[in-house]
Amino acid sequence: MDFRFTQEEEKFRQEIREFLKRELPPDWTGWPVLGEADTDEDWAFCRQMTRKLAERGWLAIGWPKEYGGQGASYIMQIILSEEINYHQSPGMDFMGIGMLGPALMAHGAEEQKRRYLPGIARAEVVWCQGFSEPNAGCDLASLQTRAVETDDCFIANGQKLWTSNAHRADWCFFLARTDPEAPKHKGISFLLVDLKTPGITIRPLVNIANGRSFNEVYFDEVRVPKENLVGQKNRGWQVAQTLLGHERSGIHRIASARRNADLLIEYARETGLGKDPLIKQKLVQLTIEGDIARLLAYRVGWLQTTGQAVEYEASMSRVYGAEYQQRVARVGMQILGLYGQLAKDSKWTKLYGKIEEDYLCSIGATLAAGTSEIQRNIIALRGLDLPRGN
Amino acid sequence: MDLGWNEEQEMLRKTARDFLAKECPPTLIRAVEEDDKGYSPELYKKMAELGWLGLVFPEKYGGGDGEFLDLVALLEEMGRYLVPDTFVSTVVPCGLPILSAGSEEQKQKLLPQIAAGKIILALALTEPSATYDPSGITVRAVAGKDDYIINGTKLFVPNAHIADYLLCAARTKETAKKEDGITLFLVESKSPGISCALLKTIASDRQCEVNFKDVRVPKKNIVGDLDKGWAVLSKALEQAAIAECTLMLGGAQQVLEMTVNYAKERIQFDRPIGSFQAIQHKCANMLIDIDGAKYITYQAAWKCSEGLDCTREVSMAKAWVSEAYQRVCIEAHQIHGGIGFTKEHDLQLYFRRAKKSELAFGDATFHRELVAQHLGL
Repeated sequence: MDFRFTQEEEKFRQEIREFLKRELPPDWTGWPVLGEADTDEDWAFCRQMTRKLAERGWLAIGWPKEYGGQGASYIMQIILSEEINYHQSPGMDFMGIGMLGPALMAHGAEEQKRRYLPGIARAEVVWCQGFSEPNAGCDLASLQTRAVETDDCFIANGQKLWTSNAHRADWCFFLARTDPEAPKHKGISFLLVDLKTPGITIRPLVNIANGRSFNEVYFDEVRVPKENLVGQKNRGWQVAQTLLGHERSGIHRIASARRNADLLIEYARETGLGKDPLIKQKLVQLTIEGDIARLLAYRVGWLQTTGQAVEYEASMSRVYGAEYQQRVARVGMQILGLYGQLAKDSKWTKLYGKIEEDYLCSIGATLAAGTSEIQRNIIALRGLDLPRGN
Repeated sequence: MDLGWNEEQEMLRKTARDFLAKECPPTLIRAVEEDDKGYSPELYKKMAELGWLGLVFPEKYGGGDGEFLDLVALLEEMGRYLVPDTFVSTVVPCGLPILSAGSEEQKQKLLPQIAAGKIILALALTEPSATYDPSGITVRAVAGKDDYIINGTKLFVPNAHIADYLLCAARTKETAKKEDGITLFLVESKSPGISCALLKTIASDRQCEVNFKDVRVPKKNIVGDLDKGWAVLSKALEQAAIAECTLMLGGAQQVLEMTVNYAKERIQFDRPIGSFQAIQHKCANMLIDIDGAKYITYQAAWKCSEGLDCTREVSMAKAWVSEAYQRVCIEAHQIHGGIGFTKEHDLQLYFRRAKKSELAFGDATFHRELVAQHLGL
């Protein structure tokens, strides 16, 4: 047993901190976790950070060398995500680096890997994920977007929902039904489409924090070239499983929320609120829970780094981390009292309005990328071997 | 980073589990609850023969030269099987401070006997003020010519009724700083002036009220330095808190195992209740609590074992695990339904002890307050 990081890992963490200190503006107050850029200016800054990460070889650090990565361990990847998100900086690329990349490496044709992977690793192409639909949320396999194969292409029709960043993205990877007669998991294909293709309409959805984080994407007779099929036709569910099952620890939420908890403690110290025994107990509890969340996330990294199987541990880290993010925001609002309700641009606001913002944004934490109920199902079925319901 | 046990520790755990499954079944725990001694001398002797009692003592004192972390590996299994408290209460808050601060003579005399399972020790620390804060120590020891004379009452002293020695924390000097002026005395429990009364507790363990009336203790029985006992004690309390967390962790895992097995077997509405999400999510929450408890305990134990400053980590662990174990037991009871509410079911053995462990060596509120001090709050 050893809870220390290696020298190399410590050095890497230090390098990231120095990088962030250099690259973030001096008055940087942080973005909410996974906060997409609202303005064009914000988006430009976000892209600039992504490119800088790519230039240093950090963006795709976990990918194999042959695809532009460094083959770094999962622990190193967690360290990277932890530092970036603790500083609440944009720049990470979940869709391209975290999802599509690993799926292409596992299921893509050689030609597809050569064509798409370098663009992701070099931060040249922005991808979005077209999975969810109005009637396909947790039960993703019931999706109804159709893709009909013709002589030279697939013709896609349907609607995607909650498509994060579609309005900024260049390309979209999506799931469509190619065999409506087959059982629902067996008639789905995984396709890639350039968002400039005629027939694609993107409509914004504004979230409760006024962020334009996701969209509706409509497909109307969209022609998708046949070479854009990943894996076999009607076998897209397996590709999607690789992509979703890419055992992510959810450290990004945990790190960002721990930063907010630290800021609240600082605030309580400075204002004297921290002398109140009740507030003190609550703040310490957040600190302890932050430590638990971090340990659960690093366990996922440790299991993967040492080649052990990850069964339920990633789901646990994610559900605990997401609920932790919510608790920090909710306790934070209690501690700020009347000030908590002020928006970030008010001159009276405390902690840059971050707590109010995350109080709203964190509602999505237990919904996105698998609801907390789905995560608990996974823990019960894979972690405890409880029987499936009918 | 390595969050697992090494090979020897894994072996120790396996041996412990096999041994305890056979030698420490619930029938024995129930018998011990009814027995005034509150422990099984036969089991105690066998654990000594296995080298467990002296596991962390150096070889020259009859020990096994193990690390603190080895003991933790063992305690997790003991927690599963509810091994009676005499083991931990002798080895951890008494044996370890004697090893770290005792005189050579004290070590040579006591440690081999502890290792051999020949003597039982008890830490006489808490008083009717019922706190683990140094301000709670008011029992006085006044210096005579060759000895000290102790007066006062200790409360919640584990196993004092069968202990051969009490490690008694007494105030030897009144100072403004409550950590100062505390001295540790090794007191023979048969000394004149000591009286002991058993308390009836929720966990059916054996805790006592111990009264000291003009009890004379030779000066050579001071453990560590005069007036500076708190430094020794606070380290021992850290180790004891880790031990308690580990016992709770072991217990919680057993409780979850029992519960999952029951949820798979119990049929209602023509299907196992474990196939209902309402039950599955409760079980998932139990596993989250347990895995969290595991790594926060291991983190504290590892730091302690490495000799690193672990004060904050220990308090974080004790605060978390104390509450997590409660939650695990309460969910287990809900899932077990009526059968778990009966005395004949084993679940109550764990639930009652969970409360005892929560309170021992500082509850969650107490330890969060200590963490707050670390955070400058």
